Amino acid sequence: MATLDDLKKRIASVKSTQKITKAMKMVAAAKLRRAQENAEKGRPYSEKMNNIILNLSNGISDKENAPKLLSGTGQEKVHLCIVLTSDRGLCGGFNTNIIKKAKAYFQKISNEGKTLKIITVGSKGYDQLKRAHKNDIVERISFKDSKTINYLDAEKVGKMIIENFEKEEFDVCTIFYNKFKNVITQIPQEQQIIPLKTSEVEENSSEDNYEFEPDEDEILSNLLPKNISTQIFKAMLENSASEQGSRMSAMDNATRNAGEMVDKLTIEYNRSRQAAITKELIEIISGAESL
Amino acid sequence: MSEEFKVEILNPERSFLVKEDVSEVVVPAFEGEMGILKDHISIILFLKPGIIKILSKSGDENFYVEDGIVEFKNNNLSILTSSIFNLNDFDKTKQQELLKQAEEEASKPEINDQSKYLVDQKIDVLKSIN
Repeated sequence: MATLDDLKKRIASVKSTQKITKAMKMVAAAKLRRAQENAEKGRPYSEKMNNIILNLSNGISDKENAPKLLSGTGQEKVHLCIVLTSDRGLCGGFNTNIIKKAKAYFQKISNEGKTLKIITVGSKGYDQLKRAHKNDIVERISFKDSKTINYLDAEKVGKMIIENFEKEEFDVCTIFYNKFKNVITQIPQEQQIIPLKTSEVEENSSEDNYEFEPDEDEILSNLLPKNISTQIFKAMLENSASEQGSRMSAMDNATRNAGEMVDKLTIEYNRSRQAAITKELIEIISGAESL
Repeated sequence: MSEEFKVEILNPERSFLVKEDVSEVVVPAFEGEMGILKDHISIILFLKPGIIKILSKSGDENFYVEDGIVEFKNNNLSILTSSIFNLNDFDKTKQQELLKQAEEEASKPEINDQSKYLVDQKIDVLKSIN
């Protein structure tokens, strides 16, 4: 049995852990609010962008010569997967959920006999994938240095994807990230960005007759690369909100668990203290009786 | 009847500017500058580097943009751009910095004609701002 001193030390250490998790929870809550605000602020841009692209792609008369970013390369041999994760740990199942989703997709790809290429954004994703998919990872990116999510970072990733696409390194591109639903729930998402899927939003597009300058094809071929960056940026924003939300609830749980542990240890401490006192009393009494 | 319409400038990060009482907007469209008034036909434009002029009751404003897309529909003008600066707080150092970037880009050997044209435009515009 643990001595009184040991118990005392354990209680103290659990209490200080609890202080840390509590502080982390508060920080995550504050960061979450900001991340959520950012995600909301970024929404109009990506929505508008989507709308314009939709209008344009509906208006394209010559489907055969449509930009490859929209129509695809005509084959589906090489799949590029962009896995967006966080740079920091201690955020519950956040990274694991993305990785799980991504791994299921990787499995599907390799079962179909297609080639897989992976780009990891965020160091945690790389850490978790390097064991099983070391040879598939073509690039690892981390934005540890930039304090806030900014568009330039997303643009860098976007440009890299476009460059690789133009070199015909891959045919299909999918991104994996967590969509922020609320503090408790984040849903891992897979979203295909090349070739662009427009079917999901089709029903709410009204038939607008636009004039274009320059013509549709030219705008579209300029716009699609931008859209890639925008989509990645959107995913990054969602991801950062999800990360903070996930961390907040994980730390909340940890704080509560630590509290429970402190209670339990305190009871044990009191019991063994009481036991020691009783033992001493018995010794004194029986000592007195024997005289 | 009022001759005003709404203009909205959107950044990827946030909405940059919303103005309800705009009478005219001049944008540097790809094929030349273009003034947009109320009840213009629905249009989508691609921008080249240049100056956006927004004329409104509450005062005129000028912005420098590097790229972007403009959509006009039902008297709503949306400008999507990732790089926009208000000329009022556009100082010399910022201008020099952008100019240097542009010149570096222009001197790259592998640049294609279209981006060369755009970069040259950018340099011209930046030099004209003073």
